[in-house]
Amino acid sequence: MAEPLIFERSVSGRRGYRLPSSGVPAMSQAEAIPDDQLRAEPPRLPEVAEIDAIRHYTRLSQLNFSVDTHFYPLGSCTMKYNPKLNDRIAALPNFASLHPLQPTSQVQGILQLLYELEQLLSAITGMAAFTLQPAAGAQGELTGLKIIAAYHRRKRSIRSTMLIPDSAHGTNPASAAISGFTVEKLRSGPDGLVDLNELKSKLTPDVAALMLTNPNTLGLFERDIKAIAALLHERDALLYMDGANMNALLGIARPGEMGVDILQLNLHKTFSTPHGGGGPGAGPVGVGKKLEAFLPVPRIRKMGKRFAWDERGRSTIGRVHGFYGNVGVLIRAYAYIRTLGCEGLMRASEAAIINANYLKAKLEPTFPVPFDDHCLHEFVVTVKALKAHGVTAMDVAKRLLDYGFYAPTVYFPLIVEEALMIEPTETESKETLDRFAEALLSIAQEATTNPELVRGAPHRMAVSRLDEVRAAREPNLRWVPEQRQSVVSATTHGGPPPPNLADSP
Amino acid sequence: MDYIPNTDVQLQEMLHAIGADSFEELVSPVPSEFHVRSLDVPAGLAEAEVVELCEGLAARNGSLRKMTSFLGAGAYDHVIPTAVDALASRGEWLTPYTPYQAEASQGTLQTIYEFQTMVCELFQMDVANASLYDGASAVAEAALLALRVTERPRVLVSEALHPHARQTLATYLSGAKTILQEIPTVNGVTDLEALGKAVRDDVACVIMQQPNVFGCLEPMAQAGELAHRFGSLFVASAYPISVGLLRPPGAYGADIAVAEGRCLGSPITYGGPGLGLFAATSALVRRLPGRLAGCTVDRTGRRGYTLTLQTREQHIRREKATSNICTNEGWLALRAAIFLSLLGPQGMKELATLNLEKAHDAHKRLCEIPWIKPAFDQPFFNEFTLQYDPPADVDRVNRRLAKAGIVGGWPLADWYPTVPQASLWCVTELIGRDGIDRLLHALNGSA
Amino acid sequence: MDVPSDLLYTKTHEWLRREASGEVVVGITAHAQEELRDVVFVELPTVGKAIKQGDPAAVVESVKAAFDIYAPVSGTVPRVNEAVAKSPQLVNQDCYGQGWLFAIAPSSSEEFSRLLSPEEYARQIQASTH
Repeated sequence: MAEPLIFERSVSGRRGYRLPSSGVPAMSQAEAIPDDQLRAEPPRLPEVAEIDAIRHYTRLSQLNFSVDTHFYPLGSCTMKYNPKLNDRIAALPNFASLHPLQPTSQVQGILQLLYELEQLLSAITGMAAFTLQPAAGAQGELTGLKIIAAYHRRKRSIRSTMLIPDSAHGTNPASAAISGFTVEKLRSGPDGLVDLNELKSKLTPDVAALMLTNPNTLGLFERDIKAIAALLHERDALLYMDGANMNALLGIARPGEMGVDILQLNLHKTFSTPHGGGGPGAGPVGVGKKLEAFLPVPRIRKMGKRFAWDERGRSTIGRVHGFYGNVGVLIRAYAYIRTLGCEGLMRASEAAIINANYLKAKLEPTFPVPFDDHCLHEFVVTVKALKAHGVTAMDVAKRLLDYGFYAPTVYFPLIVEEALMIEPTETESKETLDRFAEALLSIAQEATTNPELVRGAPHRMAVSRLDEVRAAREPNLRWVPEQRQSVVSATTHGGPPPPNLADSP
Repeated sequence: MDYIPNTDVQLQEMLHAIGADSFEELVSPVPSEFHVRSLDVPAGLAEAEVVELCEGLAARNGSLRKMTSFLGAGAYDHVIPTAVDALASRGEWLTPYTPYQAEASQGTLQTIYEFQTMVCELFQMDVANASLYDGASAVAEAALLALRVTERPRVLVSEALHPHARQTLATYLSGAKTILQEIPTVNGVTDLEALGKAVRDDVACVIMQQPNVFGCLEPMAQAGELAHRFGSLFVASAYPISVGLLRPPGAYGADIAVAEGRCLGSPITYGGPGLGLFAATSALVRRLPGRLAGCTVDRTGRRGYTLTLQTREQHIRREKATSNICTNEGWLALRAAIFLSLLGPQGMKELATLNLEKAHDAHKRLCEIPWIKPAFDQPFFNEFTLQYDPPADVDRVNRRLAKAGIVGGWPLADWYPTVPQASLWCVTELIGRDGIDRLLHALNGSA
Repeated sequence: MDVPSDLLYTKTHEWLRREASGEVVVGITAHAQEELRDVVFVELPTVGKAIKQGDPAAVVESVKAAFDIYAPVSGTVPRVNEAVAKSPQLVNQDCYGQGWLFAIAPSSSEEFSRLLSPEEYARQIQASTH
């Protein structure tokens, strides 16, 4: 059953919230604000009662798959369970109601928490120092790249090339380009890893750094990482590690000991803060000793038993965010790390790796795994064999929804044809993995016996496959009152099938 | 506690099914020289222990709920209806990710579509995205957009734009072949004469804030005209609560409106997470940074929502993307949508009026104190700059106020050393009249 | 595969037609259009812009992909196809006709020798699809 827009529930004059009375002498707005600075027409926001809003946003929530309701094996996103405890801690009034400019004497508790979180992240990764300021992984990348640029600038070395393997996340080249670098793609070797000869051939004096995701997006550890770092360092280029996949390495190995100069973490992935339907995240950046001076300001300093912000920094790249970053997310990650502790973190990666390899073993006979080796926390299968039946990776993904599973990441990494990238995480049980494997195997069966069923999926969702061509050709990005009529008529008459779907057999 | 459901017995069974003798075999691709035995992380704790630990840390903070705070300066404390927390804490909102599979994410997608509409309405703009990180990075993204669209090298930014936004902008633009030029202020507002001289045909955009960092209302319409005279884009950083009463960016010619939207229903949490609002004219729709939800139909003609215009984005366009942003602030956007639904047009106007009245009442009463005077003679909304006559000293006064449970105005000495003994005071609807009484009482004793 | 014999081609799947006026008209080939599937947006160069052979001059987008269109020869852009900007599906419907993208007033005639003949282009796409 479709849920109307909140605007369509609006009734003129209806109210959903009452504000306190002013308690001060009434004044005329004209006294305070010149006429030409006053708003002429009120914004056309919905007018609903509290019960309307509650029902609307509760019903909408029920149209979502989420970690709390479904297995969510989205590769490279580490959709593990988000403990409720962490939300409770972040909501403590003495954290949630803190103003960022309160005198430091009034915020010693939060400063201590943030300071300790920096130390914990250093202990986990082996990086010398961290900034907690970046708001998400991609902003962490940007921060790291600005640090790389600042490092070379200080050495009066003009370098504009950023090496990025072809298996990288799209954010890597985008962050590099926004930071003023020219992207040079490194072709993966036959084993899916960085090819040292390819690297040597591209390692010109203009190379500022290499951005490496480790384990890479195939779930494979870059076993030559030390040699890669040495090659770069010989030419005073730097090694940046995208730590989006750090859930594979907790207590197993530390990037700081592999020659990594800069590392960004995604706390919403590895450290279990809720993804929120697309954020907020947090993307702390750790650096080796020689780069510490470039970290964004302000930095937390401990002086004796007291903590304070330090806005100075002669070599700093500056700020990337207002105030101190996504503190609410940082609090949750801190609570998570303290709950798991050393042995819990180690067990998390261990169980994540066993889960991934177990699922891979179950699927491999039906769905080939390119670049086969023991994977770490995730793996990629190809469903190109189903193409013979006209079934694509996207069709398989959509059919999985009917089975009650969110879909893996599809068509990524780009170097694998018809890819499904699967990351089960450590918080799923063997029973769930078994059911998921059965579903995929059953879909493979359906693809041969009844391909139409798979190509037409999903069948059990609130909507069937959406017309993305229409959405992109005639963008409708906001509701306008006049629209009501045309949508109603489109719904009642059904309308002809959208052009992009008419050609599916 | 580790939240792992599989028992040791099950993990052994799974290893057996994999055909591995031990877990060590699975991690053999990681060269043994890197293997660590332990981490310098304290042992794990039970839930009750974590609560005790964190409540202990929290107890070392002084919450705004227990004090009377006059801090604003880019982070504003406003009401949060109980219904916002109740709805937003549902797992179906907290624990999905970016709605890549539209059919299983209609809740998130429809909410983003509603949120985009509300942001457009609030700012009177044509199109808004699904959010950016915060107000400061939204300013930087606006400048990047303007540089791309106009292919011009210069960005003009008012000195009265929040320093964090200016610093973030400088970081984002560093290294590029762009020139970042600050426009000075006169009597608390951007100097239009200086702006007029600076706008040339090499200017990509002019960036100003309304109300500005001093709380003063800027002559936005005139500034916008100056920007447009040479075809530069006009970027307005607005305060979402203020537009319930004040002219919105679309009404004074802004091409891009950005804002810090946390004040719309999200806790202040020591300044983050923020919620970057980003809206623009329809001419810029295909150049926007970040995600966009669009309305379309499914195979049976039913209305539905999907992410759209994705070729702008990093996962498709890679190094040619309009921005590198991926994860945004979805959960805060949801909160803002619920907040705006509950308040509605009338509520937003009343909320703005409350802020205006309380701030003006406080301002009037404060300026009756002989050693306190307004720093500037300009209209303001809910924030204003005061100046003290010697020997009164901002820091000393604030220390005295702190003893009375009051957080005084933000000292401007670090941000604007040229305005001596100045502090920035904000009065929102959360300050009762007794709060002002106590403030006056404490101030009268501290000159 | 439709490769009209009266056009010249590039390795990057642009076609061009030399008009009697001396201008050349540029579009994308049937092969490229099929690979792209439903075209949803076309970004054209501004009229009057000077472009160099091999530089990106326009963008053709589908839902999940964006393809740069490279200038097959250097010159200035005297006109663009406004109709295709309004109805991008013209690229799918009639890529050699109403779906043309932009014209170039070439600055020299030497560059034409670097373009592919219909036979050469047909061989190239045959090689890439097998």
